[in-house]
Amino acid sequence: MEYVNPEGLRLDGRRPMEMRQLRAEIGAVSGADGSAMFEMGNTKVIAAVYGPREVQHRSQMVNDKALIRCEYTMANFSTGDRTRKPKGDRRSTEISLVIRQTMEACILTHLMPRSQIDIFVQVLQADGGKRKILISHSKHLICYASQLLFTFFSGTRSACINAATLALADAGIPMRDLVTSCSSGYLNSTPLLDLNYVEDSAGGPDVTMDAKLPMDIFENVMQLATEGCKAVANYIREVRNLILVLFQAIRFEKVAIVWFLLMENQVCGERCRRRDVINHLPSYLLFGLNFRRFRAVTVGV
Amino acid sequence: MRGMEMSLNQTQKLRLQRALELLETLSSGINSNSSVTVADTIPVNQEDGVLKGHGTTELEGEVVATVCGVIERVNKLVYVRTLRARYKPEVGDIIVGRVAPKRWRLEINFSQDAVLMLSSMNLPDGIQRRRTAVDELNMRSIFEDDDVICAEVRDFMRDGSLQLQARSQKYGKLERGQMLTISPYLIKRRKQHFHHLDQYGIDLILGCNGFIWVGEHVETKDNMIEEEPIKPDPQNNKSKTSMSLEEEEQTYTPLETRQNICRIANAIRVLSTLGFSITIDVILDVVDLSISKGLDIHEMLGAEFSVLVAEREAERRNSSTRRKR
Repeated sequence: MEYVNPEGLRLDGRRPMEMRQLRAEIGAVSGADGSAMFEMGNTKVIAAVYGPREVQHRSQMVNDKALIRCEYTMANFSTGDRTRKPKGDRRSTEISLVIRQTMEACILTHLMPRSQIDIFVQVLQADGGKRKILISHSKHLICYASQLLFTFFSGTRSACINAATLALADAGIPMRDLVTSCSSGYLNSTPLLDLNYVEDSAGGPDVTMDAKLPMDIFENVMQLATEGCKAVANYIREVRNLILVLFQAIRFEKVAIVWFLLMENQVCGERCRRRDVINHLPSYLLFGLNFRRFRAVTVGV
Repeated sequence: MRGMEMSLNQTQKLRLQRALELLETLSSGINSNSSVTVADTIPVNQEDGVLKGHGTTELEGEVVATVCGVIERVNKLVYVRTLRARYKPEVGDIIVGRVAPKRWRLEINFSQDAVLMLSSMNLPDGIQRRRTAVDELNMRSIFEDDDVICAEVRDFMRDGSLQLQARSQKYGKLERGQMLTISPYLIKRRKQHFHHLDQYGIDLILGCNGFIWVGEHVETKDNMIEEEPIKPDPQNNKSKTSMSLEEEEQTYTPLETRQNICRIANAIRVLSTLGFSITIDVILDVVDLSISKGLDIHEMLGAEFSVLVAEREAERRNSSTRRKR
C-alpha cells in the first residue's frame, strides 16, 4: 500500500512531517484537582487528577514519596465496534502501567510523602491504537540521561500522556518537566510524524507481546533487531531536531519529551529475552533505560 | 475563570470581557510577566545568592520552575506560588474539615488527612482533666464520620502529617449550615476568620483550606454547655436519638435563616467561579447587590448576576486604586 503518494502527501493529506490538529482544554472535569482534555486529530482523551491525597489502602503507603496510581479506560463508544470491554483487560492494564511509570519519573514524588495521586485517563474517541515502540526524549531530562524513557506508544497513548501531563500541571503538582508525547514511524522509506490509524496499523502484525518464538528464529529476528536499532538510532538523531521544531508549533513551547516510534517489522521480547534485546541496543540508547517497561521491540530495517 | 459553563449572550459576553480586561490592567502593574509554567527558567541574579523555595529546583545552574504559577520574591527567596493546588497548611491556620472514616482524621484538602487528638480538644463538659480510657471509648459520641469540624492547625509531625487542636469554644462541630469547597488560594490569611453576620443571624467561617462554613448562628460562651449537641454521658446520648417534639422545635432553623444561608453560599459560589478572592466585605457586597436587584436565590448563579458581580468588582478595584493615587 502506498502511504506517501508521489506528491509527498500522506493518506489524509498531511505532509510527512506534519502533525494532526491539536486541541487542548484545561479544567474539563469539575470535581477533580486537575483535569484536561486533549485531542490529536481524531483521538480525544480526557484526564483527571486527584491528589495528592490520603492513601486509600494503608498497606500501599510509601513513607518517603507519593504513591502514583493510574487508571486507563476506553469508553465503549470510542472505537468503531461497540464490544463491551471488560475493565482491567491486558491492554488497558498495560497502558495504565505505561502512563503511571512515565508520570512517576516526571513527578517530584519525594515532595509529597505518604500521599497518593490518582490519574484517570479515558479515551473518548480513538483513532488508531496498535502497540508500537516509542522512545522518549526530553529537553531537560536529557541532561539526566537516566531519565530517558523507552515505552510503547501509539497515537492514542501519546494523546493519553499529553492529557495526563496537562492535568497534572493543572493540579499544581510539582514536576521535573512537562512530558509530551508524539508518535512517528517509517513507512515507504519515509519518516512520518504522528501516525494516524491507517498508518499505525500498517506497521505489520501485532505479534509482539506474548508470542512464543523458537530460539533459532528468535536469534535471526534479534539480528534483524540489532540492525534495525542501529538504523533507528541514526534516524532518531536526524529527525529529533525536526520534531522539536514541529513541537514548538504546538501550544507548549516547553516541550520536553518526544516519543519516537520504531516500526516496520516486529520482534518479540518476552520477559526472559528482554536482556537479549537490550544487549543489542546501542549503548547510548540504553543509558538509564526504564528496564521494567522494556517488553518488546519493533524493528525498522 | 475556569468552570464557567454559563451560557452568556452576546452583550453579557462583551460586558464580562470588558470587566475582566479592566481587572487585568489594574493588576498588571504588580506581577506582569512573572507567571511561569513547568520547566521555565526563572531569571535570578546569581551573584546575590538565591534561596530556592517551593516550586523551584536547580538545573544546570539555573533555577527552574516545577509547577505552573506566579513567581514570588522575598529578598533572596524565590518561590513559585501555584494557583489551583491543594492547601498548604501553616501553624495557626483556622480550617474547616470533615471527619474521615476511622480515627479522628480530618479531610482538609491537604495531601494527607489531619489528626485531631482527643487530648487537644476541650471535652464537652468543659472540665480540664486527664483523658481516660472511657473518654477514648466515647470519642464517637463527640464527633462521628462525616461531621464538619472547625479547628486550628497546631503543628506538624516529623513525618509531615498535621496535628489540629480545638481548645476553645469557638472550635468544634458545625451544624445546621452548608459547607462550600473552593480553591484555597482565594482565601487569604487574616486576623478574623470567624464572622458573625448579625443582620442575617449567620455564622461564617472562612477556613484557610478552602472550606467555607455558612451556618446558623450559634451562641457560644454561656449556653455552650447546654447547647452542645454532644452529651458527655451515654444516657443523654441515647435520648438524642429519640428526640422529643420540643427539642426538635428548638433545633429547627427558621426558613428565613435558611434562605440567608443559601444566599450567602451562592454569593461565595459566584465569586469563586469568577476567581475573585473571598473576603467578608466582598461577600456582603455581593449579597447586598443581589438583594437590591431583587434577585431570587437561585437566580444568583445565573449568567447575568455573575456578569454584574464582575463589573462591580472591576469598578470597586478601579476606584480603590484611583483613591490611592
